[in-house]
Amino acid sequence: MAAAAEPGAPPARSAGPNHGLRIFLWWLPAALAADLVIWFIWGPHLPPGAMSNSAASQQFDLRVLAVTGAPVLLGVLIFAGYAMITWRVRADDDEDGPPIEGNAKVQASWIAISSAIVLFLAAFGTYQLIAPAGAGAGEGPQPIWKPDGKPLLVQVIAQQWQFTYRYPQYGGMETTQLELPVGEPVQFDVTSLDVIHDFWAYQLGVKADANPQVNNVAYTTPEHTGEVTVRCDELCGLWHGAMYDYGQVVSVAAFQAWAHQTEVSMAKVTKTLPAFALIYTPNEIKGLASFFYQAGLPGAGGGYYGNQYYPNEP
Amino acid sequence: MSLPARIVTVVVAFLAVVGGAIFVLAHYLLSNPVTVNFTEGHAPGQPVSMTIMTDPVNDVSSHPDWVSYFAKSPQTGQWVHSTIWELPAHTRINVTAYEFDTCDPLRNQFNGEVRGTIGDVMTVSGEAQGVNGPGISVVNSNTTCGVAHTFSAPELGINVPFEGVLYTAKNQCTLGPCAMSFTHVTTTFSFVTPGPGEYRWQCFIPCGLASVDGNGHAMSTIGFMTGYLDVVA
Repeated sequence: MAAAAEPGAPPARSAGPNHGLRIFLWWLPAALAADLVIWFIWGPHLPPGAMSNSAASQQFDLRVLAVTGAPVLLGVLIFAGYAMITWRVRADDDEDGPPIEGNAKVQASWIAISSAIVLFLAAFGTYQLIAPAGAGAGEGPQPIWKPDGKPLLVQVIAQQWQFTYRYPQYGGMETTQLELPVGEPVQFDVTSLDVIHDFWAYQLGVKADANPQVNNVAYTTPEHTGEVTVRCDELCGLWHGAMYDYGQVVSVAAFQAWAHQTEVSMAKVTKTLPAFALIYTPNEIKGLASFFYQAGLPGAGGGYYGNQYYPNEP
Repeated sequence: MSLPARIVTVVVAFLAVVGGAIFVLAHYLLSNPVTVNFTEGHAPGQPVSMTIMTDPVNDVSSHPDWVSYFAKSPQTGQWVHSTIWELPAHTRINVTAYEFDTCDPLRNQFNGEVRGTIGDVMTVSGEAQGVNGPGISVVNSNTTCGVAHTFSAPELGINVPFEGVLYTAKNQCTLGPCAMSFTHVTTTFSFVTPGPGEYRWQCFIPCGLASVDGNGHAMSTIGFMTGYLDVVA
């Protein structure tokens, strides 16, 4: 015979349905379906595409993040939906709900799963930043992670409001067009001649700040031919929104032909350029403004070329 | 204060704030220089002649010490203080540019190259200097008084450096728009307009005085050293 309940003790819970199991059975197929859709259908279309190894790496990262996050999001939504339906207030029910008590099992599971997910993503993110040679991001003047092989050097020179590209391995020629060979590693040396800009070659998954007096190095290896959109991604003044251009990834033979042809056609202006350097300080470039310097004349430029050139400027 | 007086005060204050906001929006954000129309009366297939000038000063704005472009109106023959130029699409534009300003070095000498014009060249009459002769493709701004301003439309691949007036030249312009009697250099070039659209252009010489490394003031204000080509069908 069952003992009578102690006076004042909370009423014993009646044996009801296993809500946890029900929620789990709703969540499991939904999470599996979502992850399959994300990985196989949505994933290949996630930005920035797979034109280069760094872009493909970033796309892979986004797929992993989405596949990891979708079950968590679905768990929250399904629990909320289940709670609203199952534990909603009935029409003639004026009683208080049962008191909420701690559930060590649920709490421990929640903390363990959250910790596992966060620690996994931290380790995964760190590895993914290192493994593909910096993942297309600017690594500063002394990069730690470099690709194998001898990369093609492309200097990106930003100024208000255009990018130009210099190829030191092709006579130091400078162009307004970014042209790259497919299948070969590329080293971008990014700098600025005035304010802070940001070199963002979207389809290549390359993004590096362009700071004056700083060489910011980023790596990538184009894996497919096609058009590349280059934008400035740092608000840099009136025509920031118009500071974009389009580049090309072409076959190695086409690149070689373009490079040699451009080197010849640009020879006249190349002669007037300063020697290739990782950064440019206009008032230290040999010969720059020598006319002004020798004459001690005033001019514009806001002191950019140094006060010695412009004694009358504030 | 009575209730009606308080209501009137609040309404007046509210209207003043709203009116001020509208004024600021309209005056500073929505106002643009007038458009200089080079399409009116243009016969299809025929080239368009455009005459512009770059001046060290201007006497038509609230910033008289700012360098500035002017364009000659085809309708009136008057110089217009505007950098918004309406041009017909797919048409050859023959440009004559009078340059009255003194020179500065380019921040990037790469922009000393003439690009995007027909033949990738310009012609300098050399009224002030005349040292290079016709068909110039590159001007070195570092070693001579090479460049005063540029006309550059990066989206169209156009870049034309205008040779400057020597600092030591006599009879320099002090009143803009400058009269032809002042010392100047004449540059001519031609380009072909693309399809309809708005294409920004700018000067690449840091001529904006002591602001933002020379790229403030006139360099960042439409109507002075930057603007856009309004290309219409």
